[in-house]
Amino acid sequence: MNNFDYFRAASVQEAIGLSVEEDDAKYIAGGTNLIDLMKYNLTDAHTLVDLTKIRDHHEIQELPDGGLRLGAFETNAKTAWHPLVEGRYPLLSRAILAGATAQIRNMATNGGNLLQKTRCYYFYDANVPCNKREPGSGCSAIGGYNRIMAILGTNEHCIAVFPSDMCVALAALDAVVNVEGPQGARSIPFADFHRLPGNTPQLDNNLQEGEIITGIDLPANGYAQNYSYLKIRDRNSYAFALVSVATGLKLEDGHIQSARIALGGVAHKPWRDEAAENFLKEKEPSVPVFREAAEIMLAGAVGYEHNAFKIELAKRAIVRNCMMALNPETQVPGAGPSL
Amino acid sequence: MNTNFPDIPASPKTTFSARPVTLRINGNPVELNVLPWVSLLDALREYAGLTGTKKGCDHGQCGACTVLCDGERILSCLTLAVMKEGSEITTIEGVAQDGELHPLQKAFIEHDAFQCGYCTPGQICSAIGLLREGKAETRDEVKELMSGNLCRCGANTNIIDAIMDVKNLSAHE
Repeated sequence: MNNFDYFRAASVQEAIGLSVEEDDAKYIAGGTNLIDLMKYNLTDAHTLVDLTKIRDHHEIQELPDGGLRLGAFETNAKTAWHPLVEGRYPLLSRAILAGATAQIRNMATNGGNLLQKTRCYYFYDANVPCNKREPGSGCSAIGGYNRIMAILGTNEHCIAVFPSDMCVALAALDAVVNVEGPQGARSIPFADFHRLPGNTPQLDNNLQEGEIITGIDLPANGYAQNYSYLKIRDRNSYAFALVSVATGLKLEDGHIQSARIALGGVAHKPWRDEAAENFLKEKEPSVPVFREAAEIMLAGAVGYEHNAFKIELAKRAIVRNCMMALNPETQVPGAGPSL
Repeated sequence: MNTNFPDIPASPKTTFSARPVTLRINGNPVELNVLPWVSLLDALREYAGLTGTKKGCDHGQCGACTVLCDGERILSCLTLAVMKEGSEITTIEGVAQDGELHPLQKAFIEHDAFQCGYCTPGQICSAIGLLREGKAETRDEVKELMSGNLCRCGANTNIIDAIMDVKNLSAHE
């Protein structure tokens, strides 16, 4: 870990000011990912600006439109166990609790969850090329051991996956990310927050220099009646997803009025597919119908030497998770086997 | 507790300097003079002389460094001491009360819940946090919510037995 200076900000405005004034400043909140990366010398900073003592943006607040605002500095654990989240957005609660461990969820913040880095092995190995770590150096994962890598939205520059569980649910729920920065405040629809690798795989998201996430807004419809989060991994707890699926269904008279399906562990960002969701509209839910939606979602998938299994795995996970969403009580929170 | 905290000078290459941080550790106010990059784990072990908290992986993967911060279980290796200004930290040295072992300490002994003992302080602090959270009811839930603490000796079954014992005991109190 390199040596750095440290400032404790009392407000978002002060933090933004410090990030502009100080040389090579980075924000720190939960620190669970940043400190780890700094210990591996994969990232450094001349100055850390601590956001944890800022009084605002810690709450879970009801919004006038019936939605909910998650304070960016609230911890993942307090968010997952909050009665309003558990009651109205159980999909989000389940997704958060499927990630990391109790200790890490007690530290990690909602804003920080969105900003965590990939766990691609080659990104973490400073001795090998990685376009995300060192732009232009090449991708070691494409010809390497790529079991955990992406199958959707990849290109020759990067096949890393974005590892968050929470964000898969936020994508399914159409959350909005509120940020403040040197140029003022703005709101970013969740689908536009994270990026595909394109020609700049070093950029994980569309935050601008100095911007701070202050909150995440959830729309009123939390799909609380018919939802499910399924995480498939090599180890039953404390492991990143090979494939995960967040499903929310709105049913009326035995037909699907609207469907949300988001995938984790398969791309550089949580993966949604409008065509698959539109296909499900007005359909009677059944295994064949969900299988067809899954075929649509994975139509563009490309497998590499060790991860081609993820394509069929994702399709079956989608079907299984949509069936579980019909009977949410069949799910078991955490790592336990469900259905 | 060792009260002779080492005065670590600023690195000669930089102007970065140590700064005072006030913590309450196991009920005692403690002022440490630490450089910004000192983890809470290193501050506890190297500055406060409390070596009960263990450094396993130092990367948040093993849970050996688990302590309670304002009552909540956290990983002391993934946070900086300077960030914990004003916090109440409880380490394994602080869980016994008035010379009486914590019920979890007794249960760990009773259930033979360790071999080498290196993960034990983290396991016990984590289990105290788990019981305080009150979210685990079944054995499977306890196992899931203890998955951040690894035991490489393989005492996990007995560790979960010990925690279940104390959990059922406090439920009947």
